[in-house]
Amino acid sequence: MRAGWELVVGLEVHCELETATKLFCGCPNAFGKEPNTNVCPVCLGLPGSLPVVNRQAVELAMAIGTALACEIRPSTFHRKNYFYPDQAKDYQISQYDQPINVAGHLELPDGSRVGIERAHLEEDTGKTTHAGATGRIHGADYSLVDYNRSGVPLVEIVSAPDIRSAAQARAYVSELRAVLVASGASDGKMEEGSMRVDANVSVRSGPDADFGTRCEIKNLNSVRSVGRAIEFEADRQITLIESGEPVVQQTRHWDEDAGRTVALRSKEEAYDYRYFLEPDLVPLAPDDGWVEAVADLLGPLPAARRKQLIGLLGGEEALSASQADQVATVVELGLDGLTLAAAAAGVPVSLALNRTANEAATDAAAARRLESGSFASLLALEAAGSLTATQAKAVLSELLVEGGGDPATIAAARGFESLSHASLASVVDEVAAAHPSEWERYRTGDDEDVKKLTGYLTGQVMRATGGKADGKAVAIELQRRRG
Amino acid sequence: MTGPVDQPRRLTRDEVAHVAALARLELSEEELELFTGQLAEIIEHVADVAELDLAGVEPTVHAVEMTNVLRPDQVRPCLDREEVLAEAPSVEDHRFKVPRILGEAP
Ligand SMILES: [Zn+2]
Repeated sequence: MRAGWELVVGLEVHCELETATKLFCGCPNAFGKEPNTNVCPVCLGLPGSLPVVNRQAVELAMAIGTALACEIRPSTFHRKNYFYPDQAKDYQISQYDQPINVAGHLELPDGSRVGIERAHLEEDTGKTTHAGATGRIHGADYSLVDYNRSGVPLVEIVSAPDIRSAAQARAYVSELRAVLVASGASDGKMEEGSMRVDANVSVRSGPDADFGTRCEIKNLNSVRSVGRAIEFEADRQITLIESGEPVVQQTRHWDEDAGRTVALRSKEEAYDYRYFLEPDLVPLAPDDGWVEAVADLLGPLPAARRKQLIGLLGGEEALSASQADQVATVVELGLDGLTLAAAAAGVPVSLALNRTANEAATDAAAARRLESGSFASLLALEAAGSLTATQAKAVLSELLVEGGGDPATIAAARGFESLSHASLASVVDEVAAAHPSEWERYRTGDDEDVKKLTGYLTGQVMRATGGKADGKAVAIELQRRRG
Repeated sequence: MTGPVDQPRRLTRDEVAHVAALARLELSEEELELFTGQLAEIIEHVADVAELDLAGVEPTVHAVEMTNVLRPDQVRPCLDREEVLAEAPSVEDHRFKVPRILGEAP
């Protein structure tokens, strides 16, 4: 951010809910199906069809509200009228002035807090493809519409304009994604469009100045593009203001490849959606019992789970920067259960965290399916020195591929026998006796000799043990002999 | 809604033209005149409500006093795609083919 300027950002996140069916009809809520196969009279807006609200969608919206410390309120649905073929009805059913969740907040890992103004239910639109010479909207000859996504339940989460940097915006999206996954509402797959972000960006001369004119940036489909787009847009606005030109309030599109935002050609008149109450739907009015029942089903949220891991590692002060990253990664991927199970089985927490963040996380989907008991007993073998780090990693990748199994059995089948400390010491003795002159130069030589001969002697030990020795253990044993 | 209610003012011709444009309705000069009069009369008819003291009365959101009408999250059969697309004026690649769109989705 350029000196003398403050960034002000509010984010709108659309989250597709993980339901079996759409919001107002029984069509499957599924991604990537053949075009126009998941459609019915309701989501095609055929005359005479009537919407009925999906209970699970309401409960997931309530779970999101609970996770974001919102007040869950009686709510209504409105019709948002507009002419665009992504809705066959020519209106979208959304919550307007009475949303289900209001006035919450999200606390970020750095301790900062971002207000949540509202998190409301609405239906997704169909997917339009612009066909013709350029493949882009402008210059397209016609458009093709697939209504499979039309009516898929969404919760739109609107933050307060509390975000002050691109890094904080990235942290907000990451944390929100982790919360949405933890609450069972979303799969968190931004690349498949399950989470879509729009950013309202403005700049001002300082914290006490009035808010500047804002632009809305659309099409932010990754945490990275959220950060890049905000940085670009802030810079663009500052350049305009500093050269005496006004910032025009408009909607801009993020072009990921070009790395810039571009204005969308917009109509002169502002949109007038003629919102009115949806006459085909009655209000939602969750009572305390229902709200509590949904809250009871909510598992521990990311912030609490990070705190638990950090506590096991000896608290914030004892935490290294890389461990802080590892904690964030395993919690975000939902793999902290593995780390905790291994720690509970007596495995050192740092080892458990390493194997979870560095190895298990490479196939997070498989790791989430892995029985935590298998993971814990594997790491117990490694911690006891029965398996080397290399061997343990090999067994772990087999566990992930196979979806489980007994680590000791897999290790035995692969011929991973334990090489005790005593037997390693005696192998080193044998190698020393078999190569007396090298051994002497290793023990008394200069740095260059030691470096060269460490490699040579390690190779000899590995050969003598058939590769079963742990490289690190051999290095320690050799070093010990130099005194 | 609380507090005094504003006295209703008469609907204008420009307002009717604006709403017609939003609804993509093309009205002739005569029709604009006619509908402005008719719509104004309807609104004035309902405006009797403004005579009442409604302080502390919650707005009615639905004529039927029911809440939480919900269905279970269970998949029901969809329509047959060929049957659906047969109803469309134009189709390409199993998608509805629509005229060129100006501007992005709102
Ligand atoms: Zn449907």
